[in-house]
Amino acid sequence: MHEMAMAQSLVAAISEEARKHGKPIRAKMSCGMLNVVNDDVLSFAFEAVARGTPCEGMQLLIEHKPLQAKCRACKRVFTVDLSSAKCPDCAADDFELFPDAPLLLEQIEFEGIDDDEGERRQENPGRE
Amino acid sequence: MTKVNVGRKILDANEKYALRNSELLAQHRNRCFNMISSPGSGKTTLLVRTISDLTGSVRIGVIEGDIRTDLDARRIRATNAPAIQIITEGACHLSAAQVNGALKKLPLDNLEMIFIENVGNLVCPSSFELGEDGKIVVLSVAEGDDKPAKYPGIFAKSKALLVNKIDLLTGGALIDFDLERVRADARRLNKSIEIFPVSAKTGEGMSAWYGWLHGQLGKA
Repeated sequence: MHEMAMAQSLVAAISEEARKHGKPIRAKMSCGMLNVVNDDVLSFAFEAVARGTPCEGMQLLIEHKPLQAKCRACKRVFTVDLSSAKCPDCAADDFELFPDAPLLLEQIEFEGIDDDEGERRQENPGRE
Repeated sequence: MTKVNVGRKILDANEKYALRNSELLAQHRNRCFNMISSPGSGKTTLLVRTISDLTGSVRIGVIEGDIRTDLDARRIRATNAPAIQIITEGACHLSAAQVNGALKKLPLDNLEMIFIENVGNLVCPSSFELGEDGKIVVLSVAEGDDKPAKYPGIFAKSKALLVNKIDLLTGGALIDFDLERVRADARRLNKSIEIFPVSAKTGEGMSAWYGWLHGQLGKA
């Protein structure tokens, strides 16, 4: 259940942004293959941790970024399936793994007006 | 609707503490290894044997992580090495903040090498950096030779692999364990991983492991 610690960090980070931007409705995160994030477990943990915070009821989108490798024999770069790892071109199993994608909170969508509009309104108070 | 691009590492709070830990360790000239394995692979037995055999040549301290009890720290202290027990009360991995608290309780000035024995689990601990110089994965032969294929993350990230309890292979126990398969699967994930087949019980293979540890300290 390393997903619980991830959920806690996500809720803390999104709540911090919510103080500036209002009610969050959707967040996108991404992860690599080696952190073995289970979507159901993380979503469940996120929902539980979010209860009673500004993140309650929001949607979490999880993108899994594939692990890439370079074949040492034919130099082809390919997406690795670690359970049957072979170069798709020359079938060699000698390859260099590229760094796994980090656990990243990429984007948050908030309810309400755009920031730009908000700023414009503040610049021109009471002119309507 | 407002979209905000955050681009923030999800475990950044943990990574901040990990950085503090590695700075603290460097200040005191300590090398630190994070030991990760399934429960029951023999991490504590390996550490007890290593500490005893290296008495007088390497000054070792230990941080123990367990869900419950301080049984492991007591086993380490019986060797006269200092040990701090972290009880995670259910958490499946150690965090860098917990390790920071434990490091501050160890007499770092009198030590050269710190082992962190993580909570027994091949999955969760591998995602949490603790500020260590490297991870060491332990696999005992009774667990089966398919573990590098099934749990690639930790084998891809480790500096060394200790294949423990090899006395069971030569001792006539009915265990199907192909060491060559483990070597091939681990090296496919991690070209530079050092592999040491050992028995913490009989001492077989331990001298190669000690040689590697001395090398990590710059001692010949």
